[in-house]
Amino acid sequence: MAVCIAVIAKENYPLYIRNVPTQNELKFHYTVHTSLDVVEEKISAVGKSLADQRELYLGLLYPTEDYKVYGYVTNSKVKFVIVVDSSNTSLRDNEIRSMFRKLHNSFTDVMCNPFHNPGDQIQSKAFDGIVSGMMMQTG
Amino acid sequence: MAGSQWELPPELCCRPLAFVALTGLDVVYNAVHRAIWDAFCVNRRVDRVPISFKVLPGDHEYPKCRTKRTSYEWYIPKGILKTGWMNKHLNLVPALVVLFYELDWDDPQWKEKQSECATKVEIVRTSLQGRNTKVAVVLIQKKTPLPPGEDLVASERAAALCNSCDLSGKSLFVLPHTDHLVGYIIRLENAFYEHAQTYYYTEIRRVKSHKEFLNKTTHQLLFVRHQFKIAFFSELKQDTQNALKYYRTAYSLVHELRAHETNMLEIKTLAGFINYKICRLCFQHNTPLDAIAQFRKHIDLCKKKIGSAELGFEHAAWMSKQFQSFGELFDEAIKLGLTAIQTQNPGFYYQQAACYSQERKQLALQLCQGGATYPSSDPLDTQSIDPPDAEKEKLGILALQIKERDVPHSEVIIALLSNAVAQFKKYKCPRMKSHLMVLMGEEYYHAKDYTKALKLLDYVMCDYRTERWWALLTAILTTALRCAYLMASVKDYIIYCMELLGRASTLKEEQKSRIDKNLIRVLKNEVPDPEPDCDPSSVSAAALLWNDRVALAGSSEFNIEVQDYIPFIQCKARFLCPSFHVDQPIQLQVFLQADCPHSVSVNKLAVSLSNQEYNQWCVMASSGQDSMILLPGKTQCFNFSFVAKTEDVGKKIEVSVMLGCDTGRCVFLSWRGAGGDAASTHEALQASRCSRRWGRSAELCKELEWDSLSMQHSTMIISRVPRISVQLSHHPPALSNEIYCINLTVQSEEEGVAKDMMLTAGLKPGQDANLGHSTHVTLEGSKVCEDTDPALLPDIPLGDLTAGGKLETCVYLRCVSTGPRVFLFHVAYSIDTTVEGRHVVCKCHKDEIVTIETVDPFEVSAKFMSIKFEPVERLAVDVPFLLMTDIVSSSPWPLLLASSSLHLLNVTSSPPHPESQLQGVVLQTGESASECVSLLCPPLTSTSSSMATGQKTSSADAPLVQTTVTLPHVILESVPLYIHADVPSFGRVRESLPVCYHIQNRTTLVQEVEMAVEPSDAFMFSGLKQPQGRPLDAASIAAA
Repeated sequence: MAVCIAVIAKENYPLYIRNVPTQNELKFHYTVHTSLDVVEEKISAVGKSLADQRELYLGLLYPTEDYKVYGYVTNSKVKFVIVVDSSNTSLRDNEIRSMFRKLHNSFTDVMCNPFHNPGDQIQSKAFDGIVSGMMMQTG
Repeated sequence: MAGSQWELPPELCCRPLAFVALTGLDVVYNAVHRAIWDAFCVNRRVDRVPISFKVLPGDHEYPKCRTKRTSYEWYIPKGILKTGWMNKHLNLVPALVVLFYELDWDDPQWKEKQSECATKVEIVRTSLQGRNTKVAVVLIQKKTPLPPGEDLVASERAAALCNSCDLSGKSLFVLPHTDHLVGYIIRLENAFYEHAQTYYYTEIRRVKSHKEFLNKTTHQLLFVRHQFKIAFFSELKQDTQNALKYYRTAYSLVHELRAHETNMLEIKTLAGFINYKICRLCFQHNTPLDAIAQFRKHIDLCKKKIGSAELGFEHAAWMSKQFQSFGELFDEAIKLGLTAIQTQNPGFYYQQAACYSQERKQLALQLCQGGATYPSSDPLDTQSIDPPDAEKEKLGILALQIKERDVPHSEVIIALLSNAVAQFKKYKCPRMKSHLMVLMGEEYYHAKDYTKALKLLDYVMCDYRTERWWALLTAILTTALRCAYLMASVKDYIIYCMELLGRASTLKEEQKSRIDKNLIRVLKNEVPDPEPDCDPSSVSAAALLWNDRVALAGSSEFNIEVQDYIPFIQCKARFLCPSFHVDQPIQLQVFLQADCPHSVSVNKLAVSLSNQEYNQWCVMASSGQDSMILLPGKTQCFNFSFVAKTEDVGKKIEVSVMLGCDTGRCVFLSWRGAGGDAASTHEALQASRCSRRWGRSAELCKELEWDSLSMQHSTMIISRVPRISVQLSHHPPALSNEIYCINLTVQSEEEGVAKDMMLTAGLKPGQDANLGHSTHVTLEGSKVCEDTDPALLPDIPLGDLTAGGKLETCVYLRCVSTGPRVFLFHVAYSIDTTVEGRHVVCKCHKDEIVTIETVDPFEVSAKFMSIKFEPVERLAVDVPFLLMTDIVSSSPWPLLLASSSLHLLNVTSSPPHPESQLQGVVLQTGESASECVSLLCPPLTSTSSSMATGQKTSSADAPLVQTTVTLPHVILESVPLYIHADVPSFGRVRESLPVCYHIQNRTTLVQEVEMAVEPSDAFMFSGLKQPQGRPLDAASIAAA
């Protein structure tokens, strides 16, 4: 489904980033990094009104010729970014939402690990598994 | 399509205006004609009708009109649209030709002129043979015309002229050459505009009428052509709504065309044209979403229509152009007031255009490799409708490929990227901007403009560094390193190497080790190995450059500020304490750690401090061969200690570290502040989070943990701890207005002589300002403090104090008001000491602060009484009364009242200066003493009140202090009659008791007095019972 999944720290540095065609890693890094512009803008726009009832799912951040980039921000300002191939039209908004929710749950589990230092890179087999599950389906 | 083959033609991009040709105007030599022409075309504002005017000679040859086809049956069109068609209708074939002719109605040679005019019209008509172009005549007249209908000659001659020129009355105009030229011109051009509209309308009708002759099989191309033409004529007619409609049908028809490899480019080109028109009109109609939707549809439809694989770059170029021109349209619309948003702005289209240009470059590189030369007879120069000849086609493709090789791809890409950067800057996308700048930098690198590449890469590097995207930073650094290598820029090369070796780099071990070796080579002044993936020809050029560098600069020194990088050596410095006493040696630790795969040898470590004089103590240089070796991943600690200067007491010392590593070439890495770099703050934060949780394990871990080392970049030099004791002995509370003595004892515990001892004593500064005025300090106990004495006595010299010596002194205070006060006793001295063999004169000081409460020593109250000891509220003139003063002691210890005195202003006392009744009285706490004085107010005072002051003097054991107390006010009355009885002090039973009543008249008038004596049962009376009299004024009557 997804071609790239990334977790970005509150301070906007990557905590986790994985992409399926592994050869083009840099391109995905750039895609995720540039999408933060839109995320930041959306967060600051929402921050002005009703901060507590914030919708975590930010929706489609921006479309490029090749990819669609979706964003999600937790309450602690950790960002999740999912990049989907533009040609993949079967994926609905709801499915993306549930992917993010799954990702968030798994991320929470990682944070609950007493041996994990928040702010460090995510190194968790369980989290890897969830991410792989979301990326595998297209093969 | 000359020039840049992919540029959209200008006739497509402009706004089509109705074309009107003006003839018969001599704009060069005739001033009147010039003025008319200027009125038409100079300063045309937007509210004027949309016409493009052109001056043409009267015998101008207009493009020939082909004979109209009556049947399309055997007609096979060669293409969709003729190349020059748009230009022809914009600039060559006018909608209206206007003939200007100078002729007044009353011209004497009317006949001749009329026929000349008719000839001119005929010439124009002939030239426009077969076209529907209208002809109009404008008569330039010197006279102002009369109102219509009045000038009979005019109307008659006008009719005649129309007739001879075969013109309708609507096509004949008169232009009086008078004051209101522009007004006439505007009316004229409105009339022209109407004619032009009619022309374009008929043209549209004409094209539409062709439709019935067409059939779908052979005339597919014509369907598109005709729709396009109708749309274009509609645009000329300024009917943009219909134009849009026809363009849209034309667009869908284009995609219905049978496409094959040979006509793919033609279809795409025309689709691009129509798409451009549609988007342009959508933006013009302020429906930008329609424009974007149309463009998306266009791209989706055309993306896959690659055409000939051998000419793949053509498709990429075309795609790039599509995006670019849409971006330009979008940008133009924004300039006209459209608002764009962050996620939908022209930047994205420019970026995509750049992206396709890069693809074009890639394809061109792949497809145009051959070293073939351009075919001698240009195969691109021909045009035929014959089925393509395979051989010729091959040659053509080759020619195109060769042409493509010469295209400056990088230039195109960079221009597009920089357009995109400007857009993203406007729409708050800093990261997108950085990304595009990286792409630009890389493109400059490919274009071999390394200086520009480095400049751009250097600029964005710090963004990625601060955002901690190491993978991206490493990629940028790698490119930058290549540039630095190819330019043989030694300093840059070293910097990038150092950062690529550092901990932020995501390079693999073997690459790091390669870079490490190269770095060592450069430091030894040798030529480094070339970077991988560099263009071989550039590498050889670079090798030459490096050789030059090596030969030239053997002893060059570099000073690199590494603070903002993430270098391969980390440095942290700290003072052991945040503050040091001046007599202690200052201890400084510098920690170094190398992150590179191999050990690093360092020759010199120097610390520079804010006071340069200390620097000499903080140098560690390797002597000869044995240099300091930093092992990878091991923390090394260097300790320094030095003695601060006394002048620096109270100042801060800051540290910055310099590190030299050199052999052959000298490189100093310097850290501002106390070391650390772009990444260390975050690491320290992470480490602190970690250690908070794993505090115990961190303690167990003996080894220095780098991340948890904290920096201490400054220390405070504070003065030496004094070794004296200052004791104050005194007995609070202080009594207000009394002298209060504080005994100060200074005991030296120093080993040497404390010199220049100074005492500052008094009220501590910084309290209520009123306290300063009501407190006085003196050292002299013998006399009473005066009001002029200051509240603080500064710098009283106390002399030297020998080791173990003791010094006592008394300070006297006088507080005029009650309340608490803070007193400061500051003893300062200097002493010679030796610190680490150095002789230092230290200044020390000790402060003692004491709070003293001030209370009133006694309370004084005064009462007025009659001589019968009855309290009175009012006093009478010339009637004696008593003043009773009570003094109640509230002092905790006995008070000696040395004396008291009464200061009277206008009251007499009897005796005149009474002796103090309180002399020498000692009052214990709570006891009170009273004094009673008989007083009399003299009759002269007419005021009803008088004031008396009294003075009391009291003392404890110190000097006598005088306290003045103000007595209360009392109301004074004058009485008209004063009765005074002389009664013997005692009487005896049955003996007469003579009582004499004196009645005194105190007024100036004679008063009638009536008296009665009331008998009492205990007495018998003799004498007048009801005496009557008139006492004289101020005289007294005595009655017995």
